[in-house]
Amino acid sequence: MNEIILIKNGELALKGLNRRSFEETLAKNIQKAAAPFGGVKVWRSQSTMFVTPLEGTDIEDAVEAIAKVFGIAALSRAAEIPKDMDEILPAVCEYLGDELNDAKTFKVNAKRADKKFPLKSPEICATVGEYILDHFPHLTVDVHDPDLIVTVEIRDTSAYIHKQPIRGAGGLPVGTGGRACVMISGGIDSPVASWMMAKRGLELSAVNFASPPYTSLRAEEKVKDLLSKVAEWSGEIRLHIVPFTEIQEAIRDYCPEDMLTVIMRRYMIKIAQILARKDEALALISGESVGQVASQTLRALECTDAAADMPILRPVIGMDKEEIVTIARRIDTFDISIQPFEDCCTVFTPKHPKTKPVLEKIMQAEKALEADEINVAAMIENAVRDTQLTIITPDR
Amino acid sequence: MERIQDTQEIYLDNSATTQPCPEAVAAANEMMVRFWGNPSSTHVKGSEAAAKLREARRAVASALSAAPEEIFFTSGGTEANNIAVFGAAAKNRRNGKRIVTSAIEHSSVLDSVAELEKQGFEVIRLAPDSHGHISPQQVAEAVNADTVLVTMMMVNNEVGSILPVEAAVRAARRNAPKAIVHCDCVQAFGKIPVSVKKLGADLITVSAHKIHAPKGAGALYKRKGLMIPSLTHGGHQEDSFRPGTEAAPVIAAFGAAAAIACDKSGMNQRYETIKALRDYTTQRLHGIDGIVINSPEDALPYIVNFSTCCVKAETMLNFLSERGIYVSGGSACAKGEPSHVIKALGLPRDAADSAIRVSFCGHNTTDDVDTLVNTVAEGITRLAHFH
Repeated sequence: MNEIILIKNGELALKGLNRRSFEETLAKNIQKAAAPFGGVKVWRSQSTMFVTPLEGTDIEDAVEAIAKVFGIAALSRAAEIPKDMDEILPAVCEYLGDELNDAKTFKVNAKRADKKFPLKSPEICATVGEYILDHFPHLTVDVHDPDLIVTVEIRDTSAYIHKQPIRGAGGLPVGTGGRACVMISGGIDSPVASWMMAKRGLELSAVNFASPPYTSLRAEEKVKDLLSKVAEWSGEIRLHIVPFTEIQEAIRDYCPEDMLTVIMRRYMIKIAQILARKDEALALISGESVGQVASQTLRALECTDAAADMPILRPVIGMDKEEIVTIARRIDTFDISIQPFEDCCTVFTPKHPKTKPVLEKIMQAEKALEADEINVAAMIENAVRDTQLTIITPDR
Repeated sequence: MERIQDTQEIYLDNSATTQPCPEAVAAANEMMVRFWGNPSSTHVKGSEAAAKLREARRAVASALSAAPEEIFFTSGGTEANNIAVFGAAAKNRRNGKRIVTSAIEHSSVLDSVAELEKQGFEVIRLAPDSHGHISPQQVAEAVNADTVLVTMMMVNNEVGSILPVEAAVRAARRNAPKAIVHCDCVQAFGKIPVSVKKLGADLITVSAHKIHAPKGAGALYKRKGLMIPSLTHGGHQEDSFRPGTEAAPVIAAFGAAAAIACDKSGMNQRYETIKALRDYTTQRLHGIDGIVINSPEDALPYIVNFSTCCVKAETMLNFLSERGIYVSGGSACAKGEPSHVIKALGLPRDAADSAIRVSFCGHNTTDDVDTLVNTVAEGITRLAHFH
């Protein structure tokens, strides 16, 4: 018996003329996601996507990987059977035998896409239901809230048998919305923000600021581990690690202590934009949430925004920590995020940061860095030049 | 961290682990290449391995002045400490409920007694002074008739202070005859004489990888006649007290390393050399403004703990590491959270956040110390600001 995976698109159905290119991207993403496990063939027919595992591919692994592909509302493992009731009936009891044994109640669902099939949908349901009851006498039919829904789909090519589908990752296929560049430190919020934007179809680049010796190689490894988890959903991520020590020390030495964090963030944004443009990204992504820390008040956001001339996407801006943590746990980044390594954001934290920085005064303070003997512009140039690129691939 | 210069590496973190000595490497290698049989097998292949295991057991026993049948090999210090603490508590459960220990034990002891506390035991954690000293009086007062277990390390692993373990044994024998006394000698073994006869403890923990053997082996000395329940069940190995097929290669290496480390004249000679090296180190460190030495003057000279008071330990560690100099932080982790030992010393915040541990072995030289001290000074110049 051949086993395949049936894919139900999510919002794709709504996308009018773009639909074809969206579906092509989705098919490509499915193939990529399953490639490490041996690969799959993806084909479309009658508004459904079919995924056939290639020889030697473990279907469990493939399903797990495809469940993380954005743009899929639901997916079902299904048995592929010739369109003949004499074949379908025993196949139902064999393919779903364990589930039928475990269930107490069930119902049968029939979808008849092939209008030439001799039995109509209600007749298919009745025949299959009766056959199941004959072979599993402990079961009763419950059409409202059954433990198991046995679905029989009659399509042009074959018949397909499956139980309730599993939930897909939702969202839109990565790559259909262009590219954005996430500023990632190692905390809980930025991986979640990356994941949320990938879910809206964006490809990801990432920028991390390293300040050795204040930050260690462990902090960089942590960022790579976090992004590997995100990459299971988003696909490959281009990670830029920027040497930031010189700039951070200059800010510390020449700017007022209570403005350090905001000024640092403004320079991070300036550098991130340069790298984003190199990757043809059209926006930055940040894990800020209003009021969480001093640099995330509206006044502080105003100051950081003013340093940018591309949009800064902040998908967790209105979320509580708890809501962010829930997603972080779902995507397995939480336990990595809480490893205690100093990161670029915790170096030189002022004791009493300004919660209401005034942009004008911040820009005034930055003038000190623009003096010839410090020349922050040259520092930025050096930092960009010495930035290391790493391609992050999924963990498994 | 990538190395900035291609200099010689300077390893000053010997309390974390040591480089395996050639004799240990050869012993392990021989067990894997030649004597790879299961020591429990009765055929020749097994008997050969068993003979090697016996040799190692004799070496470790002799290093502790114990009998071979009093030595039980484990996977390391942590397991030996767990067997000792939980075993003693289980055995003495009906005789009382007080456990006396110090606040600066290794986490494998502290976490174990904390677990016993949840089960209803009363745990007294003696607090050290700011140099990691605990007085014999403190111990004598804490050990009452209700005491079932006294567990105390001989040498503290972070500051090198020497704890009054002999006083602990005396107090226990006098005030609580049924109490079991356990001594974690991981940091003392191979550096100063550890004699089970002189110490008189019931249980003693030692570890292989701190004395130039590989990781993966340790031993628990259990006084002859003392019966405590084991934590694992399954086979007759280690007299059924610690069942499981023996890790023969690392155990053989442990035996080879113990014979070298605990050779009396070698040990004394090394002690004197390292004492001189320690004195040189503290003298040079005192030459840097603001540095305080956290280790007491009478500490085991193998460990020097100091604070720059102006550069976070993690930052200094990274700075030194980039330059091929390996030490460890008084902080177990980053973000300004000092270790339980450093916290227990009650140092001022700046000193606690910047505590660095240097730990020596016989390979270290005054050149190593010079490079370390010069680089620390350079680091302070470059990195010292608020933190």
